[in-house]
Amino acid sequence: MSEPLPLTPEPLLQAVNLQCERDKRILFRELSFSILPGTVTRVEGPNGSGKTTLLRILAGLNDAWTGELKWCGSPLADQREAFLRNMLYLGHRPGIKPLLTPMENLRALMAGRRPVSDAALCQALQGTGLAGYENVPCRNLSAGQQRRVALARLLIADEPLWLLDEVFTAIDVDGVAALEALLQQRAAEGGAVLVTTHHDLALPGMHRLVLGAGGIADER
Amino acid sequence: MNAEARPTVRFASSNVGALAAMKGVFARDMKVAFRQRQDLLNPLLFFIMVVSLFPLGVSPEVSFLREAGAGILWVAALLSVLLSLDHLFRHDFDDGTLEQLVLQPQPLFLLVLAKTTAHWMLTGLPLVILTPVLGVMVHLDGNSIAVLCLTLLIGTPVLSLIGAIGAALTLGLRSAGVLLSLLIIPLYIPVLIFGTGTVAAAGDGAAVGAYLALMGAFLMLALTLAPFAAAAALKISLSNG
Repeated sequence: MSEPLPLTPEPLLQAVNLQCERDKRILFRELSFSILPGTVTRVEGPNGSGKTTLLRILAGLNDAWTGELKWCGSPLADQREAFLRNMLYLGHRPGIKPLLTPMENLRALMAGRRPVSDAALCQALQGTGLAGYENVPCRNLSAGQQRRVALARLLIADEPLWLLDEVFTAIDVDGVAALEALLQQRAAEGGAVLVTTHHDLALPGMHRLVLGAGGIADER
Repeated sequence: MNAEARPTVRFASSNVGALAAMKGVFARDMKVAFRQRQDLLNPLLFFIMVVSLFPLGVSPEVSFLREAGAGILWVAALLSVLLSLDHLFRHDFDDGTLEQLVLQPQPLFLLVLAKTTAHWMLTGLPLVILTPVLGVMVHLDGNSIAVLCLTLLIGTPVLSLIGAIGAALTLGLRSAGVLLSLLIIPLYIPVLIFGTGTVAAAGDGAAVGAYLALMGAFLMLALTLAPFAAAAALKISLSNG
């Protein structure tokens, strides 16, 4: 259970009456929730309950939904660019080119966002345990290491909202601990994290958003 | 967590310009392509094979080749661009970089334009560069070869740009090849007709300025409309995928 905040800060992201249908099956309906700054929210639910779909809807990658999404209090669609600038999404597919090295991958990913020095990128890679692999093509790395390349973005991120889909996949025990600490630190700094995982994630003060398998969803 | 120290949100401050973002996309596509040279050679080899099979399969007569040469080269170029289109977004779609591209805080059509430009530099431009050699092989005269190169130089970017729409639309499909061709070829036909028409006019000694201007108009139309259409198609494909 999370402690209620005495003074509710303005939510970063707000969903009102979200409904999504996929293949004539309602994944969720009347789903309303707010993502407050300084929180980690775990999206829970069995396989096929729409966790990934929910994250893709929030990120703006999926259009098959009805309802309302608000960013900082006003409709998200009106401020798409500001939203994208402040949102970091990591999906199932890590967004890493196997033919490029971790450095080149990170450089390409940051190219459209903000200028980052090579030294900072190097440091981020070292921070995820990829020291020495900076210039090895990613296809020669293991699945977990490729994941870590994507995770290196979290270390240089200045976006306050993180949408992380199954980020703990293929990460070893130490990596998981480091990532948990990172999420918590991020929340303490005023960021907001929305994460789906089947990994047993239990951070103090973590919020939970439970998606039911039958289409009924509720927030706890 | 601790309610007293209510954290304040720090929004992202800096951003890069659209031009820098386009450069990033372009540079990455070039790098990936040059690490996978085989894919680069495929359309070129196809182009050379088709053109060199015509004299063997139809007739090695100089009169026939001179008559049909420009058409053969244009059709071969068109087909080899078509052959390479499926790769334009497919790999990015599979490894998730396309999602990240769409989520960049930049106008998507500009990023699509950068990708399409890279595609043209890697397929269309090499074809144009090879054309004089193959032009000599099919006995075209110097003037015709020059005009042919010029039409391909204007025409192949149009093929890439229109192709990008088709590639983006068919992205969600498992086997997109046939549908992609069906969608795209009708739109390629005007370019083909004017491309070969220009060379034929040059062969007859007519002025080609008007023809080239029309092809330039095609290019401008494709340049201004295709990136928007392809960007919208990408969003639809991602939404379903």
